Amino acid sequence: MIEYRIDRRSGVSTYLQIVQQTKQALRLGLLEPGDKLPTAREVVEATAINPNTVLKAYRELEREGLAEGRRGLGTFITKGLGHSPPADSALRAELADWAARARGAGLDKDDAAALCASVLDDCFKNSKGDEDR
Amino acid sequence: MNDTAIETVGLGKRYSRKRSSWALRDCSFRLPTGRICALVGPNGAGKSTLLALAAGLLRPTEGTVSVLGRTPGEARELIGYVAQDKPLIPQLSIADTLRMGQELNPGRWDMAAAERIVAEGKLDPSERVRSLSGGQRTRVALALALGKRPELMLLDEPMADLDPLARHQLMGTLMAEAAENGTTVVMSSHVLTELEGSCDYLLLVDGGRVRLGGETEDIVAAHTLLTGPVADLAPHTVIEQRTAGRGLTALVRRDGPIEGPWETAEPSLEELLLAHLRSPDAPDLLTPSAEHRTDTAVRA
Repeated sequence: MIEYRIDRRSGVSTYLQIVQQTKQALRLGLLEPGDKLPTAREVVEATAINPNTVLKAYRELEREGLAEGRRGLGTFITKGLGHSPPADSALRAELADWAARARGAGLDKDDAAALCASVLDDCFKNSKGDEDR
Repeated sequence: MNDTAIETVGLGKRYSRKRSSWALRDCSFRLPTGRICALVGPNGAGKSTLLALAAGLLRPTEGTVSVLGRTPGEARELIGYVAQDKPLIPQLSIADTLRMGQELNPGRWDMAAAERIVAEGKLDPSERVRSLSGGQRTRVALALALGKRPELMLLDEPMADLDPLARHQLMGTLMAEAAENGTTVVMSSHVLTELEGSCDYLLLVDGGRVRLGGETEDIVAAHTLLTGPVADLAPHTVIEQRTAGRGLTALVRRDGPIEGPWETAEPSLEELLLAHLRSPDAPDLLTPSAEHRTDTAVRA
């Protein structure tokens, strides 16, 4: 069972934090299809957030086809998220290459991270993924 | 099925005929059921008066208030009200206090729920109310109110004298109750951050009137924070603006899309509330669900 951590100062809306943490757990294999998500009551009792926020997050997960509400039973994971490539993949190697070149060109870690973030923003601008609004 | 928890029309309260000042005046709004509502505003804004009127402990000087489609008096057994000073009987033990709750609420009382709230605070049920700290008394008062399984909880500054852990625990308990039973909750506070994560509805009371009312998200989304060169902000409603040299910072209520040379951002709830409190002349905003529907809130 997943436990959500809500960071009120993160600037990310609470429902999105729940969606993102659920997806992260799916990517890491901590949640698998068939697993039950905690009930709204359980989540709000532990986090003191608004119950409607939890329901909104679960609806979003349902809309994305990752979870399914079963009447009287709860919300269950229906699909895994497994396309994060393993650590030794070609993509990672290319990125490591790039990072080395960036460093060689005199960028520090923050510069490189900012550049990455900006490219990712451009690249994923039109796909509605994790970053709604 | 009644979907309105509280509705007021032209509600006003003046404590003394001689004094011309109104604690609350011309107050019209609606709170739908199932919401967790933050009642915010500065000291002396009229928050406690509004809660006491809804609880049926004060009589309106003018206007009407209804609770769950009834008069507050008729709705009394559906209301859990915790006043700011958390009135309890000092001579009674905690266990006696809960037993009193049971006697006074035949058929509704949930002893297990009330005892659980007391137990979470590691309180000894045989201890007398007199010897409890402020925060512990709050816990007992909340246990008493929640044990009644109310449909509407009215809490006046519920978290003021609680330590952070107790605050988090009790807020969690309250939210769990709301999740399970669809309880409507109204909590007043002048510390907004205390309520921000838990509430999805907002009433800003200031100077005796309701200035903002509705879904928190919708109220925030109706406003934009602009920074950039000084220029005409019409047709948008300016809540607050500051200029420094050629630069301008403004919080506006949008009328249509923003077109202009400004950078835009969504204000935080706190920025929004502070801007309204600093600008008493800014027009009020009620979202459609917060508008009252009837001409008098209760038919007598």
